[in-house]
Amino acid sequence: MTIAVIDYGMGNLHSVAKALEHVGEERVTITRDPRAIKGATRVVLPGQGAIRDCMSELERAELKGLVNTLLADGDKPFLGICVGQQMLMTRSEENGGVRCLNYLPGSVKHFATDMTDADGQRLKVPHMGWNRVDQTHMHPLWEGIPAGERFYFVHSYFVAAEQHADVFGTTTYGHHTAHIATGRDAVFAVQFHPEKSAAAGLKLLANFVEWSP
Amino acid sequence: MTLAKRIIPCLDVDRGRVVKGINFVGIRDAGDPVEIARRYNEQNADEITFLDITASHEGRGTTLEMVSHIAGEVFIPLTVGGGIRTCDDIRALLNAGADKISINTTAVTNPDFVYEASQRFGSQCIVVAIDAKQVSAPGEPLKWEIFTHGGRNTTGLDAVEWARRMVDYGAGEILLTSMDRDGTRQGFNLEMTRAISDAVTVPVIASGGVGSLDDLVAGVKEGGADAVLAASIFHFGEHTVEDAKRHMAAQGIEVRL
Repeated sequence: MTIAVIDYGMGNLHSVAKALEHVGEERVTITRDPRAIKGATRVVLPGQGAIRDCMSELERAELKGLVNTLLADGDKPFLGICVGQQMLMTRSEENGGVRCLNYLPGSVKHFATDMTDADGQRLKVPHMGWNRVDQTHMHPLWEGIPAGERFYFVHSYFVAAEQHADVFGTTTYGHHTAHIATGRDAVFAVQFHPEKSAAAGLKLLANFVEWSP
Repeated sequence: MTLAKRIIPCLDVDRGRVVKGINFVGIRDAGDPVEIARRYNEQNADEITFLDITASHEGRGTTLEMVSHIAGEVFIPLTVGGGIRTCDDIRALLNAGADKISINTTAVTNPDFVYEASQRFGSQCIVVAIDAKQVSAPGEPLKWEIFTHGGRNTTGLDAVEWARRMVDYGAGEILLTSMDRDGTRQGFNLEMTRAISDAVTVPVIASGGVGSLDDLVAGVKEGGADAVLAASIFHFGEHTVEDAKRHMAAQGIEVRL
C-alpha cells in the first residue's frame, strides 16, 4: 500500500507528500523509479512552473510513456495537481503552444490580463489565493466538502475541457470559468493545491487515499 | 469576483525560534514556532510568512528544521524570507516544505538572481520584498525609493519602477513594506501601495504600520492590495486573524471565513 508522488524534477513535492502522510496510513514515496510507480496503489502527478519544462522533464525522466499507460489503463487512482492537471489535456497555449498528454480533450489557456472586479480594481495574474469551487458533478473526491468551498490557487493558465462530462468543478475569475477539477475513470485532477488548502484540501486528499474507483 | 483578499500574519524567527514577543493566551512558551503557526492556522490565516533574522550561517539549519516541522502540520502556504542569497538557499527551504521564498536585499544587489530563481523554481514561489520610504518633500509629487538594511541604506531606486522591473524579472508577487510606517501603528502607506499595485500585474501584499483592523480594510480598499500582512496586532492577542476577517467582511471585502 504505497502512494507514489512522481518526481520528474518539476516543483515542490514535499508539501504534497507531507499532506498525504498526514491524512492516511499509506506509505508515501517521492520517486522517479518506474517500478515503484507501477507497484504503487495510487499515483500523484504534481507539477509547477512552465508546462513546456514539465512536459520535457517528464519525457527526459522517461516517464511519459508510463504515465500514458497508467492513464489509459484507468484502474489505479491517479491525482493530478496544478500543472499536473493541465498536462492531461490535449494542448496548452503556454510557451507558444505545447502538446500535452491528450488524456482529456481540451486546452489550457491564459487568463486575460485586462480584467477588473466590480470596484474597478485590476484582477491580478497569476490568480493567486483562495477562491470558491463549484462542484459541477458529484465525485467521491468531493465527499464531505461543502459546495462553494475555497481552495488555494496559484496559476496563470487554466484548463478548458471540451467535454462537459470530464468537468467536476469550476472557479470563476473575471469573465473566465476555469475547469479547475477534471477527470475520468480512476483519474481526478485539480488546478488548486489541496496540500495547501487547509481542512478542505486535506479532506480531498483523504478522499483520494480512500478512493476505490 | 470571488477571490478572497488574504490576511497573512508575519513572524520573526531567530535560529528556529520566534522572537519579538508573542503573547497568545494559553501558550506558555511563546517562542515555539510550531505552536504559533498552529494557532494562526486555527484562526484561519490564509498564509504565514516567516522572516528569518538569524545572523549566523550555522543557525540557519534550525530554521530549516522549523519549516519542516511546521510544513508537516500546517497545510496552508508558508513563505520564508530573510538572508536568501543563492539558489541553494531556496532549494533547501523548498525541500523543507516552504512554498514561497521572499528575496529582499539580494534582489537589489544582484537583480539577475530574481530572474535566475524564477526560471529555476517558477515565478509562483518567488516573492520580491520591497522596502521603501517616501522621499518626496511635502507639496512635491509623491516619490518613494528602495532602502536596504532595515531602512538604513538608501539605493536611489524608484520604488514603482523597481517593482515593475522585478515583475519583468519573474517575481510572482510583491511584498511591499513601508519603512517609514513599519512599527508606527499608523496604518499602511496607502498612496505607495496604490501606486505599486496599479503598476504591476502580479499580486501585492501590503505591509508596515498596521495598528488597527481598519488599517487592513484601507490597505485593500484604498491601497488596492491583494493581501495584507501584519505582525503585532495579532501577536499580542489584541485581535485574532478571525476577528480581522470578520471586520473586513463587514466592510464588504471578500475573505475566506
